[in-house]
Amino acid sequence: MTVTTGWEPVRTVERPTGAGALWASVRAEMLRLRAWPAVWVLAGVWLALNLTFAYVFNYIAYTTGSGNFGTGEATDALLADLLPDAIPRVFTGGLPMFGGAIMMILGALAASSGFGWGTWKTVLTQCPGRLVAFGGTLLALALVVVAILIAQLVLDVGASALIATAESQALVWPDVGELAPSVGGGLLISATWAAAGVLIGVLTRSPALAVGLGLVWSLVVENLLRGVAGLIDGMDYVTNVLPGTAAGSMAGALGATAESGGDGAPGVLTVLSGGESALLLAVYVVVFLMAAALTMRRRDLA
Amino acid sequence: MCRDSVGMTESIVVTDGLTKRYGDRTAVDDVSLTVRRGEVFGFLGPNGAGKTTTLRMLLGLVRPTRGTATVLGERPGNPSAVARTGALVEGPGFYPYLSGRDNLRVMARYQGSAEVTVDTALERVDLAARGRDAFRSYSLGMKQRLGVASALLGDPELLVLDEPTNGLDPAGMADMRKLIVEMAGHGRTVLLSSHLLGEVQEICDRVGVIANGRLLAEGTVTELRGGSGLFVRGEPVDVALAVAMHVAGEGGVRQLDGGVYVDLLVERAPELARELVSSGVDIQEIRPSERSLEDAFLEMTDGSGWTASEENPS
Repeated sequence: MTVTTGWEPVRTVERPTGAGALWASVRAEMLRLRAWPAVWVLAGVWLALNLTFAYVFNYIAYTTGSGNFGTGEATDALLADLLPDAIPRVFTGGLPMFGGAIMMILGALAASSGFGWGTWKTVLTQCPGRLVAFGGTLLALALVVVAILIAQLVLDVGASALIATAESQALVWPDVGELAPSVGGGLLISATWAAAGVLIGVLTRSPALAVGLGLVWSLVVENLLRGVAGLIDGMDYVTNVLPGTAAGSMAGALGATAESGGDGAPGVLTVLSGGESALLLAVYVVVFLMAAALTMRRRDLA
Repeated sequence: MCRDSVGMTESIVVTDGLTKRYGDRTAVDDVSLTVRRGEVFGFLGPNGAGKTTTLRMLLGLVRPTRGTATVLGERPGNPSAVARTGALVEGPGFYPYLSGRDNLRVMARYQGSAEVTVDTALERVDLAARGRDAFRSYSLGMKQRLGVASALLGDPELLVLDEPTNGLDPAGMADMRKLIVEMAGHGRTVLLSSHLLGEVQEICDRVGVIANGRLLAEGTVTELRGGSGLFVRGEPVDVALAVAMHVAGEGGVRQLDGGVYVDLLVERAPELARELVSSGVDIQEIRPSERSLEDAFLEMTDGSGWTASEENPS
């Protein structure tokens, strides 16, 4: 350990406080999330799933005249969903279940891996305050979610423009007034699942447990509960306000074909109105993140 | 290598009755200690004694069940205290997929300090050449050195280092100790924990001895070792023992290793020798004997001290 640099006299250090400190945490967290292969894998998987199920399979079904997955949907309607002006109604179709599950894994990994690696401990001995550090993680995670949805939008626009051109259809771009609520709704759905992942991650402190429990809940338990809601009186009061119901209803309200229609996307529902589901999703985001932040603030990092 | 601690009066860390319980188990029990500016304070104790838990409380990572602590005049975890403290607690914790250098860049960003300090820190722990390799590819010793580099980021006034030489090879250990002494020489305060007595004896100005969660003693290495004494071997042993007790008092004499340890200043050796000879004792050996910190430590922890003093005179 050769000493190559002289020691300065001890001096008072000037460090950012308040919003400056939070921004410093966001920059730190962005540096490590950006370089994390897991983030790229999750984003890539979601974008590939979205492209495959929203465009590739349906286009193959259209060109082979077999209808939507063999259910016999009119091929004209099938083509209409593949064109650029349909983006506002198809954008959120995969998010309630599949995209949401990916976002939940992302949130769970981002929050919980630091416990196993010991990086939360290291970060908290460097960062001015637990909430500053955790807030940085949340904001950086939000930026990643936004970036993934922007990439999804770009891919959707590209794929639909390509299909329109190939099928000699007029390029009719979606109305911004329709697109904005759709992207906003997609963000709310994604944020809810990512926040749920963060909360489970903070509570379990274990990436494997957090991801496993989160997936069982979002993919299995909620669906089973909605399934038995018809059998038990009053059960629907509970199942109607579950995060998955709110996410599915949001997508349904934005025009995605509901699964009850027989050929809609799994997880898309029409239980709640658009306004109700947006409000409920926002409440979930706030509650999940507050609970996670309170746990982070109080917990012993042993 | 112990340096004079005269003049180091400003307290950097003060704890008062610090206690941490996990259920029925008391990990840290009523620990009150003081670390002064510019000193290397060694927190000495066997594995599981409560050293790491105490350090965690000082860093604001763990809440005390009872008692208080002040670090750099603030409560632990206070932003101002955190900004002026560098720490390595219970092994290095870094992102495995990032390079050592990028890990330090992340930590520098969290601090809000300039990223240029990253390269200085890497050089100080001799990791500059491997700075661009992934953390997961590092050896145990390299990971440990990166942990110390992270603690050095931002040039903090106080360094809290939990077993800083863990996993290092002998040369790495010597370098690490040199670095620690050098930092203290430049006005930094170092609070380190160790289960290695030799290490603490070599580099620490003052020591706190902890076992089973309780602070058993606090003082300079010399104070803890106690005064030097005399070792006498002579025949008949019982007469030698009686004479020694007459000179040094009953409490100042112990039988050990076929001889007698007498708690007397070396200057009184001629007096003791005269008494022994005039009582008819054949003196085979009489020499100064100094306890090592290890002896003092063993005596404090289970009363089996002194035994090693003849092999490890310090």
